[in-house]
Amino acid sequence: MLEKMIFGRYIPGDSFIHRLDARAKLIFVFLFIMVVFIANNWITYGILLLFTLLIIRLSKIRLYFLINGLKPVVFLIIFTFLLHLFFTREGPIIFDWKFITIYEEGLKQGIFISIRFTVLVVLTSILTLTTTPISITDALEILLNPLKKWRLPVHELALMMSISLRFIPTLMDETDKIMKAQMARGSDMTTGSMKERMNAIVPLLIPLFVSAFKRAEDLATAMEVRGYKGGEGRTRYRKLEWATRDTLIILCLVVLAAILVYFRQ
Amino acid sequence: MKREIISLQEVTFTYTEEDPSIRPAIQNVSYTINEGEWVAIVGHNGSGKSTLARLMNGLLFPQTGTVQIFGEPLNEHNLWDTRSKMGMVFQNPDNQFVGATVQDDVAFALENNGIPFEEMVERVQASLVKVKMSDFMNSEPHHLSGGQKQRVAIAGAIALQPRILLLDEATSMLDPQGRDEVLQTVRQLRVETDLTVISITHDLEEALLADRVVVMNRGEKYAEGTPKEIFERGQELIDLGLDLPFAMNMSRLLRAQGVPIVADHMSEEELVNDLWTSHFNK
Repeated sequence: MLEKMIFGRYIPGDSFIHRLDARAKLIFVFLFIMVVFIANNWITYGILLLFTLLIIRLSKIRLYFLINGLKPVVFLIIFTFLLHLFFTREGPIIFDWKFITIYEEGLKQGIFISIRFTVLVVLTSILTLTTTPISITDALEILLNPLKKWRLPVHELALMMSISLRFIPTLMDETDKIMKAQMARGSDMTTGSMKERMNAIVPLLIPLFVSAFKRAEDLATAMEVRGYKGGEGRTRYRKLEWATRDTLIILCLVVLAAILVYFRQ
Repeated sequence: MKREIISLQEVTFTYTEEDPSIRPAIQNVSYTINEGEWVAIVGHNGSGKSTLARLMNGLLFPQTGTVQIFGEPLNEHNLWDTRSKMGMVFQNPDNQFVGATVQDDVAFALENNGIPFEEMVERVQASLVKVKMSDFMNSEPHHLSGGQKQRVAIAGAIALQPRILLLDEATSMLDPQGRDEVLQTVRQLRVETDLTVISITHDLEEALLADRVVVMNRGEKYAEGTPKEIFERGQELIDLGLDLPFAMNMSRLLRAQGVPIVADHMSEEELVNDLWTSHFNK
């Protein structure tokens, strides 16, 4: 079950991208999302694609993992592509048959949007594939730290996130166990109508919830015993180090943005 | 003469203060534990032994009586300080693993207590070496066995260099191999440091390793003494819902069958030695 999940799945490696500081990668992805919107013609989208290919090369992630990461959004990409294809009514008509009319601009916009989507999903997948979940949470905590002034419980949020991530495999195992236990008692979860299958989920979810609460209580006690009393006066075991290459990658993005602005219409 | 490190005086605790008709979880319990001792607290389910553990580190406070730790009564002011000197390992290996990896988990208590980074790295290393888990520094919890997780929990507890290690049923969810790993680790730690160990257990094999045993029954202290003294009570313990250690049980059954062996045997080795020499002309 776990094997199918791409989200939060870290592929160990030692590439340039792997070694980047998690904060740099987060800032990079965040800025990249904005930079993508600068592109508006063939040249600029071409540059974006090339840039993404370069990043993929640098990360040394096998294409198989990236394609896997794209799978859940393929439907969305195709859907938006078709939407643009059929509903944009600009430029010369390039295809006309009965009620289907396709305009040149529609095809163009459809392709652009698809590129935009793909590039964004690929880059965020690279972020999660090359960074351990724990460094992502650490980086988030540090980056969001200024928000503490407005009483945003940054430390607590980060801890919650890292504990949730840590318990995903545990709860997965548990689900598997409960599923088998219920199947052994004659519960059928794989056949029947949609409604029947939904009903079969209930005896799965309730024991899972009960045990999750029990676990949460145990964990809270264990944390208290180990001296956890909130973020105040805590030191950090994980150190993030900002190196020259981190500044470099951000600069690269700035250069990319400048190039895009130059070539856009 | 060793100093006393924990002492309970006439402690009574009930979870249901509003309903006095329900038997308190702990009734009038007193005992002392000396520095460097290994004390096992044994009892059947519902005997109040886990409540005792919670009273000893301030997760619960008694309604009457006092709990003294390091010569001072435990209260809300010295609570955190006390906890930093007392490591605790719980029953379920999964539900006490906070960190994403082994080293993060060991560092958790150190982070909470504001230990500087450089020292933290050293202590994490040293603790993992002590429990023989240093090869698993970067492993995630779901790739470890129960015994390994409990050893990591011990490492997390001893990283703070506590004076007391409290094991609350720490081996009860483990397979025999995992249990041996954990007990072996605790024994080794006792050799290296003068750690006081309190193990709360219903496993009498584990109690055999202790210097002293406190038997709990229905919230009251039933007996106290060395493992030998306690196990000589034989049938009484069985009546309390406890099992006898394997060797003792075996020796009782053999005697009941008329095999001429003399006394209860504390360990398998004793029993075997007695058996193979039983037909010698002494």
